[in-house]
Amino acid sequence: MDPIKKIAYNCRQATYLIEKQQISSITLKEKIELKIHLMGCSICKLFQQQSMLINKMASKHFADQHKHISLDTQFKEDLQQKINDRLHKN
Amino acid sequence: MTDKPSETQIQKNTADPVNWVSNYSDYLFRYAITRLNDQEQARDLVQETFLAALEKLEQFKGVSSEKTWLTAIIKNKIIDVYRKKSSGLAKNAETESADYDQQDFFNPDDGHWNVQHHPKEFGIEHEDHLISKEFQQVFQQCMQKLPALWFTVFSMKHLDDEGTEFICSELKLTPANFWVIIHRTKVSLRSCLQKNWL
Repeated sequence: MDPIKKIAYNCRQATYLIEKQQISSITLKEKIELKIHLMGCSICKLFQQQSMLINKMASKHFADQHKHISLDTQFKEDLQQKINDRLHKN
Repeated sequence: MTDKPSETQIQKNTADPVNWVSNYSDYLFRYAITRLNDQEQARDLVQETFLAALEKLEQFKGVSSEKTWLTAIIKNKIIDVYRKKSSGLAKNAETESADYDQQDFFNPDDGHWNVQHHPKEFGIEHEDHLISKEFQQVFQQCMQKLPALWFTVFSMKHLDDEGTEFICSELKLTPANFWVIIHRTKVSLRSCLQKNWL
């Protein structure tokens, strides 16, 4: 396979670069490869769009998921008792 | 509460352990559960954090707030859990099986998407401010399906915004391992969303 075709066809490598680029930097050569790939690959373009959406959703998910959870009263009372016991020992 | 610490103790370290449970236990519990995805473990860590803090009360200088101090303690404990997980789970069966599932996504020879795994439009790409409760639920389910090591890497990156070098050194990953995990996590997560949303 000629090198351009290899780049154009390798979606595994392209999606890898898409991920790396969002967190860190990629080399100039990698940037060019990715650009060439994305010009011809609408599937990976969609992947990129969805990948960015997922990162945004992840932040929201982490912030919201356990917003209202709390420890049960019994556990708190027992824990308070343990703390009190240790404070008295000293 | 009848057990107040003596005046001298308050002045010495300005820590107020008698009120820790009521002031910080829920906060610390949420902090831990968000990062560990495990209720039992999060509870244990809250308890361990308070007991460890009592042991080293004299180290609390009052420079930072009690909350910041306690958070730093629980954060270290969470990283200990991560470390144990990463050594135990790097070769864990669930990671292996997720690895195996992944082989299917791309053609092993030329790296092209296999037809049945082509990403398809979710139909919500352009309206992220309006993302529905239903989609968020699917998202949560898919997050829970991630292998523990992948979840750990993902949350250290996206929740705590830790540096790549720090994550690699704490979890004893090579940079190459790290990028493979980042890539596989996203490909799997995206695929899970597609499977369960469309």
